[in-house]
Amino acid sequence: MKRPFKTRIKTLKIDGIDVGAREDETLLELAQENDIFIPTLCHLEGVHDIGGCRLCLVEVKGTNKLLPACMTYAEEGMEVTTNSERLQMYRRQVLDLLFSERNHVCSVCVSNGHCELQWLAGKLGISHVGVPYLYPQLSVDASHRFYIYDPNRCILCTRCVRVCDEIEGAHTWDVMGRGTDCLIISDLNQPWGTSDTCTRCGKCVQVCPTGALFHKTKAVAEMEKRRDFLPYLRTMREGRK
Amino acid sequence: MSTKQTLATVWLDGCSGCHMSFLDIDERLLELAVLADLVYSPLVDTKEFPEMVDITLIEGAVSSEEDYHKIKKVRAHTRLLVSLGDCAVTANVPAMRNRFSVRSVLERAYLENADLNQQIPVEVIPSLRERSVPVHQVVPVDIFIPGCPPSNDTIYYGLTELLAGRRPDFGTMTRFGA
Amino acid sequence: MLERLEEIAATEQLFAEEFAHTVNVCMAAGCMSSQSGLIKEAFDKEIERGGVERRCRVRGTGCMGLCAAGPLVTVDSQTPDEVLYQQVKVEDVPDIINALEGQPVKRLQCSIDIPFFKRQKKIVLENSGIIDPERIEEYIARDGYSALLRAITEMSPSDVIDEIVASGLRGRGGGGYPTGLKWTTVAKSDGEVKYVICNADEGDPGAFMDRSVLESDPHRILEGMAIAGYAIGASQGYVYVRGEYPLAVARLKTAIRQARRSNMLGSGIGGTPFNFHVDIRLGAGAFVCGEETALIASIEGKRGQPRPRPPYPAEYGLWGCPTLINNVETLASVAPIVRNGGEWYAQYGTATSKGTKVFALAGGIRNTGLIEVPMGTSLRDIIYDIGGGISAMGECKAIQTGGPSGGCIPAAYLDTLVDYESLAALGSIMGSGGMIVMDESTSMVDVARYFMEFCMTESCGRCVPCRVGTVHMYNILDKFSRHEGTQDDLVLLEKLCDMVRNTSLCGLGQTAPNPVLSTLRYFRSEYMDCMIPEPDGAEIINETLEVAQ
Repeated sequence: MKRPFKTRIKTLKIDGIDVGAREDETLLELAQENDIFIPTLCHLEGVHDIGGCRLCLVEVKGTNKLLPACMTYAEEGMEVTTNSERLQMYRRQVLDLLFSERNHVCSVCVSNGHCELQWLAGKLGISHVGVPYLYPQLSVDASHRFYIYDPNRCILCTRCVRVCDEIEGAHTWDVMGRGTDCLIISDLNQPWGTSDTCTRCGKCVQVCPTGALFHKTKAVAEMEKRRDFLPYLRTMREGRK
Repeated sequence: MSTKQTLATVWLDGCSGCHMSFLDIDERLLELAVLADLVYSPLVDTKEFPEMVDITLIEGAVSSEEDYHKIKKVRAHTRLLVSLGDCAVTANVPAMRNRFSVRSVLERAYLENADLNQQIPVEVIPSLRERSVPVHQVVPVDIFIPGCPPSNDTIYYGLTELLAGRRPDFGTMTRFGA
Repeated sequence: MLERLEEIAATEQLFAEEFAHTVNVCMAAGCMSSQSGLIKEAFDKEIERGGVERRCRVRGTGCMGLCAAGPLVTVDSQTPDEVLYQQVKVEDVPDIINALEGQPVKRLQCSIDIPFFKRQKKIVLENSGIIDPERIEEYIARDGYSALLRAITEMSPSDVIDEIVASGLRGRGGGGYPTGLKWTTVAKSDGEVKYVICNADEGDPGAFMDRSVLESDPHRILEGMAIAGYAIGASQGYVYVRGEYPLAVARLKTAIRQARRSNMLGSGIGGTPFNFHVDIRLGAGAFVCGEETALIASIEGKRGQPRPRPPYPAEYGLWGCPTLINNVETLASVAPIVRNGGEWYAQYGTATSKGTKVFALAGGIRNTGLIEVPMGTSLRDIIYDIGGGISAMGECKAIQTGGPSGGCIPAAYLDTLVDYESLAALGSIMGSGGMIVMDESTSMVDVARYFMEFCMTESCGRCVPCRVGTVHMYNILDKFSRHEGTQDDLVLLEKLCDMVRNTSLCGLGQTAPNPVLSTLRYFRSEYMDCMIPEPDGAEIINETLEVAQ
């Protein structure tokens, strides 16, 4: 028998607050609607989620597994905790790992002051990094006419890959390699400036949370990124269907 | 014997910007002077690190053999060790050489980029360690004050709290690269 | 249709009886790598030269199990017991042929009256080493495809599932999820199109169960998949084999072709309306593609990276359709269960883990090879009785099960009866069946380091804890193996283990700390022995004293 209604409405508790939700809403969306802060670096409104950064992990009563808020859908009677001491500890550790992985030097970074990684570190109270730094050897790609790609500041959130594929439709960016050797590459790992697929739209630059992708002509003070275009574009597209 | 607390500052591999920011506390330095004696610092004339210091601020990363031995000794003679500024906390700019070998860094600095007298110094200048690392990778650190440099207000707040026997909570006052 | 199968079986039987002697040469990867291919050729030539083609035939068969003694050859002279020859060389071939009518060649003979053969119970491996994997007729002659025909002609899909549920079979890929429950879920999921996937991306170091089954009895997998397809309502199956198994792929291809020709795969199987097609997809060498969601991404042509579950593939799998993913060994158990009934299968094993399990014995054990035993056999029986004990001098120190996701079980627990729960209680897992035996010379820190290096290089890089956490854990373990560890390192290592286990996206990361945790649990003193002799603290105290003077 088919369900008599289209979308079911669920009621659940997030941090003790009663919340009403459509069944297709994620815990992250619900938290944001209700002004509950859940940190995230890979989530980007307008493109699909991957659950990769693990910062949005939350506790749900009844399961001992931590679930990514960005990919967990509302369920009836759920009791969600978004900010326990344990979660805070893991989130700080995730940031520790990210800072140690590549060569993040905030003081000389073009995104200093406009960086989501840096901002989150402050927000979550990271005063220092508890693991040794890895210092990989990575070279900067400045071959593009307008933009620069500096993998030293990349956190592999793949926002650029997803926005290029799903919104711009160019699929210039992708991921190469495995583990910590993963690298965001343009086309078939060729200099960005020689890419045949890149449309120079700059969406990847706007969505990059750190200084890994940036404008050639902009100074530190001007490096604010604009990503309000994304939900707008998506709404426009869905409206047209 | 004075009942005042003792304060020291140490300059490792850094640009001295954190010390400048410390001096930038300006007239409030006089208030600090009431609470503590500055017993060892690049800013005072003491040559030997005292037997025991209450609070020591460290500027800079641990880059050379000299830094390494100095910080070991300072830690042994300090009650409360404070990493002041990004170089001490993250190794910051000094660590940007870590991706290259010490040899190639020296060659770049003293041979390729030198117009006169092209030679790598072997005397007087302390030899570089393989990697430039944050202070807490070498010795335990009690308090971290990130920032490049931390502002005078941040330093003043941190010091007054510590001298009052409280653990400062910097909140959003400072951050990496601030 | 069943009659046709019986006809094929009867013809095959007659054909076999024409020969007084059958020489079987193991042609699975283990013996092939010690040149059993040349030995088979030598037999062909020798028989031709001796003019005994009428009385004697040579066959290539699948894995006979005792890989340590390869290349293996058996001679079946239609007497109750076969003669097994071990470590056969090309030069030995004439002697073996000359001995056909008389006494066996003593110097090469290996007794089959040893625990290695006597104590096994073969269900999955019932045909391995006995039939020629490249001939469907031989599979049919041993009741092959009769289960499929029975299922699609006499049973309803839910009857089939009931048998699987009754058998108590649990996933043999490592997780141990009840197979019947999985089938039920997929069968109930909404969807016009469903898929069956056979996960043959076996990647654990030291494990070769799936490879051997595919090389020795590929039709068994196809039959299991077709039965699964019928049960859940799928008409398309994929076998995802790792590219490093060329022989398995070749045999599987042959098998699919033969099965299609015999109408055991394809459209209108056995004259019924049931259609089931099987295609092969090759892995490109990524271990993580053994994880079901990564495997699905790989089949879809995407980068092989896992995604968070739920939704599980049973609901949302290949191309968004409900998908049943089972491991090779699980699917290989299906045909015998349907043929003999779930009850029959459930008589073997323990209360919670039914049936038999194939293990690949490797490491410092005398009888390296492939074995199948009922669940609930003790580790001691497996290692000392069936496995023949430790190959080097000394005693067994630990047994590693479950590959990089498993743990090391110390020798003190040798009397543990093997099942899913007992191994989990010891901090290891059943895993897919790799069993690496370590003698007293093994450094447990090095073992942990080895597996961490494996996880580090096999991490897909999608989630932060696994991608970066494994690197830090590896670096610390490397320090320990250089005897440069410190107390702080140990604290950090345990912190990272906890974090990576609880926050990683998929099973690879969640279980990556297991080898470290289990060695820390049982062999902590070895980590202590790998620390710098004089801690930093002592140095500082000395300096303080100097100043004080």
